[in-house]
Amino acid sequence: MTTTGSVHSWDVATAVDGPGTRFVLFLSGCPLRCLYCQNPDTWHMRDGHRTTVDEVAAEMAKYRRFIEVAGGGMTISGGEPLLQPDFTAAVFHRAKQLGLHTALDTSGFLGARATDELLADTDLVLLDIKSWDPVRYRHVTGGDVRPTLEFARRLSALRKPMWIRFVLVPGHTDAVDNVEGIASFVSTLDAVERVEVLPFHKLGAPKYAALGIPFPLADVPTPDAELVRRVRRQFSDRGVPVH
Amino acid sequence: MTATAQRTTSTAWQGFRAGSWCDQIDVRGFIQANYSPYEGDAGFLTGPTPRTTALWQQLSAMFVEERARGIRDVDTRTPSSITAHAPGYVDRDHELVVGLQTDAPLKRAIMPQGGLRIVESGLRTYGYELDPQVREIFTRYRKTHNDGVFDAYTAEIRRARKAGIITGLPDAYGRGRIIGDYRRVPLYGVDRLVAAKTAEREALDGLWSTEDVIRDREEVAEQLRALEELRQMAASYGHDISAPATTGREAVQWLYFAYLAAVKEQNGAAMSLGRTSTFLDVYLQRDLDEGRLTEQEAQELVDGLVIKLRIVRFLRTPEYDQLFSGDPTWVTESIGGMGSDGRPLVTRTSFRFLQTLYNLGPAPEPNLTVLWSPRLPEGFKRFCAKVSVDTSSIQYENDDLIRPRFSDDTAIACCVSAMRVGEQMQLFGARVNLAKALLYAINGGRDEMSGVQVAPAFPPITSEYLEPGEVRAAFDRMTDWLARTYVEALNIIHYMHDKYAYERIEMALHDHPVQRLLGCGIAGLSVVADSLSAIEHARVRVVRDATGLAVDYVVEGDFPKYGNNDDRADAIAVELVETFMKKVRQHPAHRNAVHTQSVLTITSNVVYGRHTGNTPDGRRAGEPFAPGANPMNGRDKHGLVAAALSVAKLPYDQAQDGISLTASITPTGLGHTPDEQVTNLVGVLDAYTDAGGFHLNANVLNRETLLDAMAHPENHPQLTIRVSGYAVNFIRLTPEQQRDVINRTFHESL
Repeated sequence: MTTTGSVHSWDVATAVDGPGTRFVLFLSGCPLRCLYCQNPDTWHMRDGHRTTVDEVAAEMAKYRRFIEVAGGGMTISGGEPLLQPDFTAAVFHRAKQLGLHTALDTSGFLGARATDELLADTDLVLLDIKSWDPVRYRHVTGGDVRPTLEFARRLSALRKPMWIRFVLVPGHTDAVDNVEGIASFVSTLDAVERVEVLPFHKLGAPKYAALGIPFPLADVPTPDAELVRRVRRQFSDRGVPVH
Repeated sequence: MTATAQRTTSTAWQGFRAGSWCDQIDVRGFIQANYSPYEGDAGFLTGPTPRTTALWQQLSAMFVEERARGIRDVDTRTPSSITAHAPGYVDRDHELVVGLQTDAPLKRAIMPQGGLRIVESGLRTYGYELDPQVREIFTRYRKTHNDGVFDAYTAEIRRARKAGIITGLPDAYGRGRIIGDYRRVPLYGVDRLVAAKTAEREALDGLWSTEDVIRDREEVAEQLRALEELRQMAASYGHDISAPATTGREAVQWLYFAYLAAVKEQNGAAMSLGRTSTFLDVYLQRDLDEGRLTEQEAQELVDGLVIKLRIVRFLRTPEYDQLFSGDPTWVTESIGGMGSDGRPLVTRTSFRFLQTLYNLGPAPEPNLTVLWSPRLPEGFKRFCAKVSVDTSSIQYENDDLIRPRFSDDTAIACCVSAMRVGEQMQLFGARVNLAKALLYAINGGRDEMSGVQVAPAFPPITSEYLEPGEVRAAFDRMTDWLARTYVEALNIIHYMHDKYAYERIEMALHDHPVQRLLGCGIAGLSVVADSLSAIEHARVRVVRDATGLAVDYVVEGDFPKYGNNDDRADAIAVELVETFMKKVRQHPAHRNAVHTQSVLTITSNVVYGRHTGNTPDGRRAGEPFAPGANPMNGRDKHGLVAAALSVAKLPYDQAQDGISLTASITPTGLGHTPDEQVTNLVGVLDAYTDAGGFHLNANVLNRETLLDAMAHPENHPQLTIRVSGYAVNFIRLTPEQQRDVINRTFHESL
């Protein structure tokens, strides 16, 4: 039986979701509702296109050579890929057969659904830790922080390369203690290759308008350079390579 | 050769490895025997000297004045020639490289042999009047190229030209796209070049005097005259260039004199320099090795040359500006590439040319063009990418496509036109508007905007919904007519250009006989590809006016669009390129030129769009076309790489005059750190070249920067951006073109 998934779209991008030039597959459906989400059009699985693994593999194959020469790989993002763990695992397996480096872009909220087989086909995990303080985490995402931290520890035990991503939102995630909590946690993990501090931006705002949903952070400013510097320093002070 | 010349030659060539280049004119042979490939990084480069900076500052002040008034000054009474103007200087005591087009910097010259109306209109635009005596000479006594062309144009060509289906033709301005092998002057000296040309001229005596032979004899005689004038012009600056250059400084200066002679005499659309950096490197390296020159001094010479190349100016009209905006001169210099023996043609001077973008700041000219191959040395590749990220001032062309089809001594003229230096020249042919041709096909040859019958009448399509087979058959007939009318127009133009505005000095620096290329071109490729895709994959309803003219189209349903690496649409674009090339080839070209075509618009995509009605892909009347071979704005949904791979499918062998892709990327879309940005851009260039992509204009810019430059041009005097095939100073574009650039797909990521 061919596995199918609910796919929002795909894209070929550089330097955004993992190293080099990558085929990025965006899946539909996410259990979290992050206040700053830039892809509200990927929240619902029902809105995606039913797509077979073969169809994805055929599209990826068109870029295999380009990616091989340029350096890069493929990434599954979303939405939340682990909402569709079988499809994600099957796509990664095909990607590995094509010789592509694979990256999983996830919040870790559904980390328990990632099988060992899936992780065996995963070369890199882009793990979003959206907040440290559980109350803050729930406020920002609507979910619980614990599964993410457990997933991080599991990846660490497997020595699975990780890029930790932290979205810096003034007034929501920028508190010194909150950042300190993540930085301290990350410093205990093995195999973290880098932390990416991603300054909050509003490029997704037009999508909210198009969907007729209010953008919760419409009035929140983007972080200034000084704040970004401070947060990056908090990570680097813990000996974590920051980008 | 005289005994003195021989003696000088032996000193001038001391230390060079001899070869057949000593006995015949063979610059490539000289380079191959003597250049030192450089495989290191950019660490050796030096900044500008105080002298360079002072000179550039003096000129920068003049640029402000020039921008305010349009031109700084013009000589309204002296038809330009190699020797027409007295020597001029920017700062006589501090210039390392001397020579100006007229007697003062940025003072433009008139070149009426191309066409008098253009000169008068250019002068009027800036508030000047042509000297009455010059007008009298060029109306009563001397005919111009422009006059000749209009004597011979057919009524049909005039209609096609007026309607804008064949457009931008060099029938009133210089054709350009001819690169003299300016390196010959320093390597051999004028005496030796005269001797070689004299031999070519004498060989023609043995042939029966047909019209062709007579013309050849007259042309070579003119070339000889031009070489003498070049010698005189150099002498007026105190240099005797009869014998070869003996030092790096002389080599730079001699080479510049040769180029200067060309731009004194010809107002060609593109006046490209060729492939000079590695040639000059042999001289600079010899001086460095012998302790006669320091790195700082070598860089200063290159900076000095580039300053001169940046101030080449021509008098042009507002109509010309709309087609080719920003006062471009296309002083294209081709850098890098691989030798056919596998050694990179990269030298330290290749780096030094790129370094001018730091030492003098970013600039559109000279049009620095890197011939890219994944096999280039890593240090050079990374420096190129860094320069792109920092300045957006260079373009890339696929050396692995060019080298086997031309040679490893090939240069780009204008934007994307390859030619073997000194062996080939182009008869430039601007382009036809394929999108309009599709509308003519639907309307039986009537213009969709004016209703005028432009092409021969054949039955229009009358069905409510467009049917693919019927549209294709009509388009096929229409493009048969278009290709024929187009080549006919070009033959007339080039006949008259040869006759009335012959490029004496540029051709003196070519071998005889020269191989001619007929550079045809197409615009609106993505519009037609998407239109045909819409007709095939969706339903397109025609809206007609009271006279039955199809004036609008309603697309019902979705359809695959060119630029998404989707064969369903891309194959249509490929077929359009192949078919039009085939049609062009059916018509014999002036002087047996080899037909080629380009998919390139320069900035004319805006004007073509303005003159083209609604199209069946849903594009609205007046909306700009995509530039060159780009997908239409906003229709490429999967990022730059997918778009680039669509473009890379267009077959270079059916478009050997070049296929242009322009891309704008934000810096963060390339990487988080400068090092990552460089690595990723190198990777993308390697992979695009590997995929067979021909050309990439790489802009690394933020949209906000451009918006700010529109609002506050005074804060961005040197902001340079790449448009189709060349670079422009952004603030010199018209507001309409500035908006087009900003609206064009900005890739947040590659």
